[in-house]
Amino acid sequence: MTDLPEIAPAVTLETRPFWDATAEGRLILPRCNACSTVIWYPRLFCPSCASDDVSWVDAAGTGTVYSFTVVRKGQGPFAPAAPYVLAYVELDEGPRVMTNIVGCRPDDVTVGQRVVVTFADTGEATALYRFRPADR
Amino acid sequence: MTHPLRGQSAIVGAVDAVSPTGSLDRTASQLEVDMVRAALDDAGLSIRDVDSVISTSGMMASLDLAERMGVRGRYTDTTMTGGSSFEVHVEHAAAAISAGYCEVAVIVYAATPRSGKNPFAGGPSMGGDLPFLEWDLPYGFGLPASSYSLAARRHMHEYGTTSEQLAEIAVAFRAWAAKNPNAYRRDPISVDDVLASPMVAEPLHKLDCCLVTDGAGALVMTSAERARDLRRSPVYVLGAGTAHTHGMSISQMPDLTTSGAAVSGPNAFAMAGVRPADVDVVELYDSFTITALMTLEDLGFCAKGEGGAFVEGGRLGPGGDLPTNTNGGGLSYTHPGMYGMFVLVEAVRQLRGEVVDRQVAGAEIAVANGCGGVLSCTSTIVLGTESTL
Ligand SMILES: [Zn+2]
Repeated sequence: MTDLPEIAPAVTLETRPFWDATAEGRLILPRCNACSTVIWYPRLFCPSCASDDVSWVDAAGTGTVYSFTVVRKGQGPFAPAAPYVLAYVELDEGPRVMTNIVGCRPDDVTVGQRVVVTFADTGEATALYRFRPADR
Repeated sequence: MTHPLRGQSAIVGAVDAVSPTGSLDRTASQLEVDMVRAALDDAGLSIRDVDSVISTSGMMASLDLAERMGVRGRYTDTTMTGGSSFEVHVEHAAAAISAGYCEVAVIVYAATPRSGKNPFAGGPSMGGDLPFLEWDLPYGFGLPASSYSLAARRHMHEYGTTSEQLAEIAVAFRAWAAKNPNAYRRDPISVDDVLASPMVAEPLHKLDCCLVTDGAGALVMTSAERARDLRRSPVYVLGAGTAHTHGMSISQMPDLTTSGAAVSGPNAFAMAGVRPADVDVVELYDSFTITALMTLEDLGFCAKGEGGAFVEGGRLGPGGDLPTNTNGGGLSYTHPGMYGMFVLVEAVRQLRGEVVDRQVAGAEIAVANGCGGVLSCTSTIVLGTESTL
């Protein structure tokens, strides 16, 4: 088992501010000024009320494991990293994001576990938001 | 009041091609034409009768296929919703035929992931700024099993569903496959066999996951009126419904334990004027055991969360109360990437009473449920024999 690869995301003009923030170690989220919905995945349009009045706000970077899997058979660049944890983390602001849980053994992850964001530099002016258990 | 489209169109030709080796040794284009010809022959129609070609295997797929066959169509559809595409096609064709846009529609699918090129490599659907590439892929979301395992884990967490219960589904479908000489996997398996198979993405084992085989199939549809003059007993489209909840990112699924079948199912049943209790045979998309379990709940065969207990005791298998995936399903019969075609073909075969060892006696109402993407888009078709009109 090796460390997880740092795959650079396919950044768009719309999501550039989000990824620029990750490179500085900050997690930001788009929030609708009309209805206060915190939007995920990031887009400058509110799927709840159809407003395009959206601002970026700082996220706490904390959340809870909503579901997860221990991938035993990874594909492509992830093959040597298996077993690794793919998870769906519910941020305290509401959105659920696809991510990895790192910093603990896969068998120690549980649904409902509290987690904190950690960033992994991709070398392309972006960083992947991963999460580690809050208690370590 | 009876829905105006209920029973107005019928499936009059249905064929498929699979191989005991998993490989068909024909190109996908060859297989498409083979299937169209065989389905028309099954119906007692010819290529000259066709005025609508419906297919989904690539850019302008239906136009290229029609050109290859010398068909100039007046209605076409290339809707791509993953594995549920063919149920959506049946829904669209039923509406188009009833509205007079076309009279004889062929719906076709072929893929050769085992012997040929992976149908999901490249392709027009993978370009552009898909959210999936930005928000899911960097975390290792490479194998479909990973996303389905997230749903399975959540279902277990919320409802206490167990790996043993999921395994019961694989065991039941394998028991049906044992009765199907064309199934890819026919050796009986036990719950312990499923649990002992290698873990792919926890909690899903290898035997919780569908096959990778070549496969092809086609359907012919026409109006109820014309159907009565054809070779085979018509299988009428009684109801249809489609629902999608998200695209290719399972992170956008509103509730990991509920698929769109909770909407498409009730809508299709309402249109058909039947209840789940009226259904004689169920054919559903079993990409993974969890897909089958959630679908049974969402269609209303049991309450949400009770699927685990519901599938125990061989209920879905031969001799069970709810015969399901009587060809062996995507888990044991065939799975070329988009299994929805085979769901429909088997439903038609059961309602025609033409299968031998695995025939559900007296089957008059069947449900065919497709599920495409990553639990993204479901489409439910309720089919019935002449006696159900
Ligand atoms: Zn809003």
